[in-house]
Amino acid sequence: MTSPRTLYDKLWDRRCVKQNEDGTSLIYIDRHIVHEVSSAQAFEGLKAAGRKPWRTSAIIATPDHNVPTTEREKGIDGITDDTSRIQVKTLDDNCNAFEVPQFALKDKRQGIVHVIAPEQGLTLPGMTVVCGDSHTATHGAFAALGVGIGTSEVEHVLATQCLIQRKAKNLRIDVSGQLGRGVTAKDVVLYIISQIGTAAGTGCTIEFTGDAIYSLSMEGRMTLCNMAIEAGARAGLVAYDATTEAYVKDRPLAPKGADWDKAVAMWRKLKSDDGAKFDIDYFFKAEDIRPQVSWGTSPEMVVAVDATVPTVASLPENKSADYQKAMQYMGLEPGQPITSIQLDRVFVGSCTNSRIEDIRAVAEVVKGKHIAPTIKQALVVPGSGLVKQQAEDEGLDKVITAAGFEWRSPGCSMCLAMNADRLYEGEHCASTSNRNFESRQGSGGRTHLVSPAMAAAAAINGHFVDISKEAAL
Amino acid sequence: MKPFTQHTGQVYPFDRANIDTDAILPKQYLKSIRKFGYGDWLFDDLRYLDGGDVTTPVSERRKNPDFLLNHADYAASSVLLARDNFGCGSSREHAVWALRDYGFAVVLAPSFADIFYNNCFKNGLLPIALPNETIDELFAMSQSEKLFVTVDLQTQSIFTETHQWHFDIDESRRQNLLEGLDEISVTLKDADTIHAFEDKLKQAEPWVFQNIL
Ligand code: SF4
Repeated sequence: MTSPRTLYDKLWDRRCVKQNEDGTSLIYIDRHIVHEVSSAQAFEGLKAAGRKPWRTSAIIATPDHNVPTTEREKGIDGITDDTSRIQVKTLDDNCNAFEVPQFALKDKRQGIVHVIAPEQGLTLPGMTVVCGDSHTATHGAFAALGVGIGTSEVEHVLATQCLIQRKAKNLRIDVSGQLGRGVTAKDVVLYIISQIGTAAGTGCTIEFTGDAIYSLSMEGRMTLCNMAIEAGARAGLVAYDATTEAYVKDRPLAPKGADWDKAVAMWRKLKSDDGAKFDIDYFFKAEDIRPQVSWGTSPEMVVAVDATVPTVASLPENKSADYQKAMQYMGLEPGQPITSIQLDRVFVGSCTNSRIEDIRAVAEVVKGKHIAPTIKQALVVPGSGLVKQQAEDEGLDKVITAAGFEWRSPGCSMCLAMNADRLYEGEHCASTSNRNFESRQGSGGRTHLVSPAMAAAAAINGHFVDISKEAAL
Repeated sequence: MKPFTQHTGQVYPFDRANIDTDAILPKQYLKSIRKFGYGDWLFDDLRYLDGGDVTTPVSERRKNPDFLLNHADYAASSVLLARDNFGCGSSREHAVWALRDYGFAVVLAPSFADIFYNNCFKNGLLPIALPNETIDELFAMSQSEKLFVTVDLQTQSIFTETHQWHFDIDESRRQNLLEGLDEISVTLKDADTIHAFEDKLKQAEPWVFQNIL
């Protein structure tokens, strides 16, 4: 009998090729997702050394970080920013030269790396998934090990199909009970980070457990695991269950027929054993979680929508200076109600919240209404061409544009403002993305992280409102 | 990577602690898609009087006459001598590429930032941590005249005509440099093991290997 193992232990063991003497291990990589920003030097390194990708069937490439979200029919030549165009073109050239499969700019399947892979069944339970992007943690929603890597590691995985890793610690975050009305996966993860801080997960893989977690859809679980990185963790995980199975079934690259049965039998074991040991444990109650809004410049600077920006007296001593600096940057007064913050722009998108469920949530809130006159721009940027298509098939784009939102083409967009979508100096934005760092969404911009429903309601009202008390839900 | 056994070169004394990766290569150059060709931008803020980015032709920029690396006497240096905590700050590997592309082969300092130190070995640059007294001695020698040293990795020694010092280095890293093995080459030594693992996986989980397009 082996001793009880955590889900992370199992995923690690399943793909451990070799243990090195220095304590690192060689981990086999099943899926490698490649985008335009972190791959050019890796391909150049490969070329310089006369190497080829180890296994092209492991790789999927797509441009997403700095693609424009308008006029996409023009393709690569339509990208007006020089550096962006060169990066997207370089990815295209490299995919052709190395015979790497690509969902190119005009492909319906193009989109944000962490949206397209699950959608296609390129991410499957039990897999190891890497990408030159920190939010690769997203894929942990499938009981897969998703790890973000740097450019040298991208080259290493291309050349060897393996990653050198040191095993992380096991951290469990349990949320028991039932989530209240208007409380989504985004609120859960923002709440967790506000409680444990952005460094709590350092050196750890987080497994999210508890009935509140298991009640989430796959979209919700992806939102949750996506932000494990904001809690400092290397990866986030949710155990395999019937929800996972239903989502994966019939995806283009999911196993079929006898293979499906074989796979499912294997996948059903992808959960932590009873009595498995976690190095660190946190326990939360779903009832304590209200719709959340970030007020500061770190994803831990978060409060409930009906609360206020912290008062100076309430600040923890070791963080007081940082928190006051954040208030200053955000142009907020200590003790100011969250609902009094006037918004300039609204962004629904990013690998955290740009899936069909998110678009539906927005449509439901804004149906028959119109964005406030004080809102300069409200963007909805679907995560992939297929999400866009499905939303249009459901008529959601009509509802959303009738309410005054702009309906765009897929990409990272205003999440990191590498394309033309951005905030300007001093502007406040209700954003469904994952990072509220200074200038992340544009120089001098002020980001408030929220759920899609909260962003939608804020667009209608021009300021934050408590979605759990809104009639339209 | 080229094997590194012995290197003889001129010492460039850069008498400063905490030289961070932004000073080694400013952030505007991260926009480049290249892995090579960063040499002209090494220590950019110090070397040039006017600002620049990836699109500015270097020939049109004004060099700072007060920066020693711009002097004909020092331009061909290949052994960088600095103070504590060299390579701190952002994790950008581009900083190592800039040093390498300029022509530096060795960096001597009392201590290095962790990630920078690791990145050096991925790119064939040899960082050597030496005791403060040795660093002091080297600074004194290089300031009075042009100093050439030979760094011998085989014997782990640094010597001039008159002096000799020993240095320590992790054995596996030393071997990899001696054989010219970058991390990828090291992993590829296990290619058979990886293939065997992959073959078993193909039997157990064939869906992992489906062609995507
Ligand atoms: S949407 Fe934002 S966080 Fe996600 S991959 Fe793109 S830039 Fe990164």
